Amino acid sequence: MFYLLRRFIYAIPILLGVALLCFSLVHIAPGDPLVSVLPPDASEDLRRQLTALYGFDKPFLEQFLHWLTRALHGDLGTSIATNRPVMSEVMTAVINSVRLAAVATLIGFTFGCLFGFVAGYFRDSAADRTASFLSVFGVSMPHYWLGMVLVIVFSVFLGWLPATGAGPGGSGDWAWDWEHIQYMVLPAVTMSVIPMGIVARTIRALVAEILSNEFIVGLKARGLSELAVFRHVLKNVAPTALSVMGLQLGYLLGGSILIETVFSWPGTGFLLNSAIFQRDFPLLQGTILVLAVFFVLLNLLVDALQTLFDPRIQRN
Amino acid sequence: MEMTLTKPAALPVVQRSPGYWTTVGRRLLRNKLAMLAALILLALVLMAIFAPVLMPADPYAASILKRLKPVGTEHYLLGTDELGRDMLSRLMLGARLSLFMGITPVLIAFAVGSALGIVAGYAGGWTNTVIMRLVDILYAFPSVLLAIALSGTLGAGVGNALLSLTIVFVPQIVRVAESVTTQVRNREFVDAARASGASSLTIVRAHVLNNVLGPIFVYATSLISVSMILASGLSFLGLGVKPPEPEWGLMLNTLRTAIYTQPWVAALPGAMIFLTSISFNLLADGIRSAMEIKD
Repeated sequence: MFYLLRRFIYAIPILLGVALLCFSLVHIAPGDPLVSVLPPDASEDLRRQLTALYGFDKPFLEQFLHWLTRALHGDLGTSIATNRPVMSEVMTAVINSVRLAAVATLIGFTFGCLFGFVAGYFRDSAADRTASFLSVFGVSMPHYWLGMVLVIVFSVFLGWLPATGAGPGGSGDWAWDWEHIQYMVLPAVTMSVIPMGIVARTIRALVAEILSNEFIVGLKARGLSELAVFRHVLKNVAPTALSVMGLQLGYLLGGSILIETVFSWPGTGFLLNSAIFQRDFPLLQGTILVLAVFFVLLNLLVDALQTLFDPRIQRN
Repeated sequence: MEMTLTKPAALPVVQRSPGYWTTVGRRLLRNKLAMLAALILLALVLMAIFAPVLMPADPYAASILKRLKPVGTEHYLLGTDELGRDMLSRLMLGARLSLFMGITPVLIAFAVGSALGIVAGYAGGWTNTVIMRLVDILYAFPSVLLAIALSGTLGAGVGNALLSLTIVFVPQIVRVAESVTTQVRNREFVDAARASGASSLTIVRAHVLNNVLGPIFVYATSLISVSMILASGLSFLGLGVKPPEPEWGLMLNTLRTAIYTQPWVAALPGAMIFLTSISFNLLADGIRSAMEIKD
């Protein structure tokens, strides 16, 4: 309990650091931050007015605190490109990304666990070698290329699935019917490959290590069925496996930009992409902040769950 | 009592046991898959180095008339890209930038990260806390997001992309380095060395380094394939290498719209990235099992 509380309190300076880094990103960018707002022939007066309006003339720390207080109230500024509040843009995008990531996670973890357990239990057999090879395959795959290849096979050659987009009428209305899900199939499968590889590798190593322990022999000697032994293996695998899965989920959410670009899926990655190329700094700052905070909180949750599963964990 | 001088029995011939690294090398050589991967990588590196000599055509010569020719066209063995440039030549020359951008960030991160991590692990106390907390803040970002955020704000270009990737990998290496160094530092021989009056620098050089650099190096090699995919990914998004330089990720980007007309040609650069990445991973796996490091 104490450990959890400490971990929770410790997350606060991390979050502050993350916020500071997000905020500073705009200030390390070369060039004038106002270049996307000002017309090229702006007068000095207009420039001064806008600088004061955006607060760029105030000291860095003051700007940061100002931005932070507003962010804590849910106001992340207004997007320069669309003039809509950043928070609503980001939230819509987050929902789309989460939908995709959830499905990808399901596929990736299911198959990853399957391959991992098979490889770990039947060590050095043909099944193990196949499963291991598949997981190396998954880990080495440039996922944006896999996305393109799947589009080539399933959209261009076979015409079974749509190539881009999140739904027939844009992403505004989502329903869990085939008409919408067919748009999700290719991106979700593409996104699941790398996590599947990593999860499979981790579980294989874990299972092999646990099975080589003496207590397994002891359990079997006492007459436990394979199934019962499996339950013990499961309990030992769970903490590390959960930690890896949590990290992968965070990776999927934060790193979805490449796949969302290939499939034009209107999630946070896609939003980041347009923010970068339109030099839309409020949107960029807001999106990165939301994603990073999400990741930190997710890690916190995973740590808490780990402690629940494995009481031996004593971090010092 | 009679003292007989007996000839001493022939002493057993003392054989020097092969050193650790020789054993590792031998084990690695026996691993066929790893050796295959090493051969492929060697071929790729040689292709990159000798590209200007090996190229059949000018990789920058564009011709709208000759755009998007399929694989197996006369004079253009692997087809042409969307501007009519020979794919084979561009893939060969592109190996240079792709390999460079994949390996360099990991090398720099290995140097910087190991230094920071070893210092943090050996010194302990406040130094450790400060370094590790700063690393934690960077570590709080998913790597792809951090790379893209940094690249996006610094702007496109090879230098900026290299800087972003290095910053992404340093925290990971620092963590591994610090953890391993802390373990070594708590071993008895370090205490013994300190008791015999050795200075910290001597202890680090003589005892810590050779125990610590091995595992860190193995971890770093597993990062190379990630670095390649990420570097090409940055170019794929338009944030890394700028056109018309050939680089596999950038080529994938510009060929994206061509998947409807010339899918095989469009998929080629990605196949190269995949081939390199999987070779690095298989080799790294081979090295790891040869060194018998358990994950």
